Amino acid sequence: MLDSELVKFERDPTSGETLKVIFRVMHTIKGTCGFLGLPRLEKVAHAGEDVLVKYRDGELSATPQSVTVILKCIDRIRSIITELAEKGSEPAGDDSELIAQLKAAAAGKLEIAPAASEPTKAKSKKKDQAEAKEPPANEPPKSDDGFPVAAELMAEIEAAMAKEKAAKEQASEPATPLPVPVSSTPPPAKIEPATTKLEPKAAEAAKAGDAKAATQSIRVNVEVLEHMMNLVSEMVLTRNQLLQMVRGRDDSEFKEPLQRLSRVTTDLQEGVMKTRMQPIGNAWQKLPRIVRDLSTASGKKIDLQMVGAETELDRQVLEMIGDPLLHMVRNSADHGLEGPEERLAAGKGEVGTVRLMAYHQGGHIIMEITDDGRGLNTGRIRQKIVEKGLATQAEWDNLSDHEVHQYIMRAGFSTAEKITNVSGRGVGMDVVRANIEKIGGTVDFRSVQGRGTSFTIKIPLTLAIVAALIVEAGDERFAIPQIAVNELVSASAGAQHKIETVKGAQVLRLRGRLLPLVNLRKLLKLDTPSDTEVDRDGFVIVAQAGNKVFGIVVDGIYDSEEIVVKPVAPIIKGITHYSGNTILGDGSVIMILDPNGVSEAVSEAAANVVATDATKAALEAEKTSLLLFSTGAGAIKAVPLGLVSRLENFPLTDLQLNDGAALAQYRGKLIPIASVSPDFVWKTEGGQPALVFTDQ
Amino acid sequence: MSSLPATVSGVNAAGVPVPAEDLAKFLTFRVGGELFGIPALAIQDIIGPQRIARIPLAPPFVAGALNLRGRIVTAIDMHNALGMPKSEKTRKLNVVVRTGAELYDLLVDDVGDVIALSMNDLEPNPVSWPESWRAFSAGIFKLDDQLLVVLNFDALLSSQTKSTLQ
Repeated sequence: MLDSELVKFERDPTSGETLKVIFRVMHTIKGTCGFLGLPRLEKVAHAGEDVLVKYRDGELSATPQSVTVILKCIDRIRSIITELAEKGSEPAGDDSELIAQLKAAAAGKLEIAPAASEPTKAKSKKKDQAEAKEPPANEPPKSDDGFPVAAELMAEIEAAMAKEKAAKEQASEPATPLPVPVSSTPPPAKIEPATTKLEPKAAEAAKAGDAKAATQSIRVNVEVLEHMMNLVSEMVLTRNQLLQMVRGRDDSEFKEPLQRLSRVTTDLQEGVMKTRMQPIGNAWQKLPRIVRDLSTASGKKIDLQMVGAETELDRQVLEMIGDPLLHMVRNSADHGLEGPEERLAAGKGEVGTVRLMAYHQGGHIIMEITDDGRGLNTGRIRQKIVEKGLATQAEWDNLSDHEVHQYIMRAGFSTAEKITNVSGRGVGMDVVRANIEKIGGTVDFRSVQGRGTSFTIKIPLTLAIVAALIVEAGDERFAIPQIAVNELVSASAGAQHKIETVKGAQVLRLRGRLLPLVNLRKLLKLDTPSDTEVDRDGFVIVAQAGNKVFGIVVDGIYDSEEIVVKPVAPIIKGITHYSGNTILGDGSVIMILDPNGVSEAVSEAAANVVATDATKAALEAEKTSLLLFSTGAGAIKAVPLGLVSRLENFPLTDLQLNDGAALAQYRGKLIPIASVSPDFVWKTEGGQPALVFTDQ
Repeated sequence: MSSLPATVSGVNAAGVPVPAEDLAKFLTFRVGGELFGIPALAIQDIIGPQRIARIPLAPPFVAGALNLRGRIVTAIDMHNALGMPKSEKTRKLNVVVRTGAELYDLLVDDVGDVIALSMNDLEPNPVSWPESWRAFSAGIFKLDDQLLVVLNFDALLSSQTKSTLQ
């Protein structure tokens, strides 16, 4: 919290509200340390507070340098707290340099006397770089986790403070005069207003503490919530069964209480779901600080905008998108945005923008990360593709820009000219995508060279409940996550879409494209009537996994259902085809298919078929379906079925004979009719059977 | 269930009463004519025949999954896991055991009493047994009229999983 507030403050140094918040937290830390006898922590916090006092009283205005020093001070506090939490005692260490810097900042030396502050500045800058290069040296490895610890500690401290208001006021009394001996530069006269000013502030702080205590909340173990979630889902199922039993009988005395039970159960389910929801802003908290550090390190001017921080999503999802998000924002800021000179040269404003946006859309959270930087360099990516031998010359000539861009999602692919400490090692977008797909989300992006890049992440609201399509294959039912389903196609020999076989692999012609198919029954080795028989009927689920689109042939489709995803047992975790299992409304257990696992199987199956059945496939490919018919005398005749569009029986009244050539009225058009042989005899009554051909 | 030995709790295999501290309770059940015992404390549930959903592609010893009051439990085909021929019996009983945080359902032919036996009477596995049996048996109790094989379910599970991987 302190981090983002400070960055906010730096951007808008006139915001008294923000400063108040920062000051209050810093002051609380200091006051509490005094109580608990943590001298090192107290000293650091105290020195930091001194600087903040100057800001608050308007004696100094915030500069990037001084804010950096304060941020460093907060880092130090955080690292001390982390160790404190681990070992139970304050770690030994020397903070004199940091305190000296803070004192210099408090004295205003960082700005007022530029000549005198030069060494300090240089030192701080050097330290800054060192810090950026090897953060573990300055902070314990758990520094990322350190923040929540600090936040919780702070909350506890505040609660304790609210209780012992009187004690706190006493504590702040001796704390306030302390600035006098430390910062000897300001004249003593100025301290008077400072002290008096602080009185209402302290009272306000106490009030804020009260307000926090008033918004009653308790901490609940996540396991308890998970358990409740399970029980509620079970209750919903039982309720559904009961409803079904009563549905047939109008006069049942159970009807009314059941309806009430039903309503309460629905509310309960929603309530329990809500306990798992958290605003997405929680995952964004670290970002302002990171972007700020990055901008100081690289000399870029970056404006981080965040829209929709209050959008809520499941706690579990939130945890899993944290790292990918961090990576993407870093990417945008480091690779995407240009330096100020380059931006000005390109005719853009000096300050680059990274914009984070989150909103709900149809049961999903959409998150957009947009920068107005240089965009992807299509030429460079093409160059890299060829360098790395990822595609042949002929292949990449045909790639569209959008397809070329997709390559950045591959492992080991980086176009950064130099590896910075922030990014550019080529381990990145592929991991991001893998992580997001793991939680059933998708990543897409658009980039215009010179204009910027926009990433769109689509993630499910919750992992616990997903919409899924229930399908049947070989008398078993399976669930396919709805997010992976693009469309459903009914395929049969006579229909518009039919399943064809090319070299032993099944394909479906769909709007001019060939869609690779996998038969679920065969994939899962469920009983098949005969392996050689090629299924021509069935439903095709057009599914998408990553960039791959493929069809899954199933025997039947039931409907779409909201299912509670449960992990599979450890002994069947190895089967990549499943992402979990679930219990349907009727109490039966079914497996949930993992589109990614199935898509891998599709490529494998295709390769196998080609390898083993090459000859058989070749024979099969030469087979043609024929339509047999008899006409006049002589043998049965045949025409390729593919050429025939319809079989018709024309009433004789629709036929016209002109000079031996026949014409027929057919669907508002006249079509010529040819007789098969010269000795053909026209029917004289009833209708004339005819084959209608299409010539295309 | 009548075919199973009616050993009185608190009396050891030889019929001599033993102090309660030495006693361990076992649930007895039959798979393919053999009598097995499993520590009663590991038992979560014993239920009648259930609808078991198949899990395609799962190892052969996995019979499927069933819904135990909202929990999905993996069912183990004990005949297959113990290397016995397929059973004729279609309506099998379910013994749900807990191992760690996981529940597994054992499909067995018949379930008997819970009997208390003294751990002092536990005999080591016969050397003549095949390796696969020695892997999951924790020892044998000599009951009055037959032998009781003490099943170490964790060992059975891991040996089966290993052999599936190979």
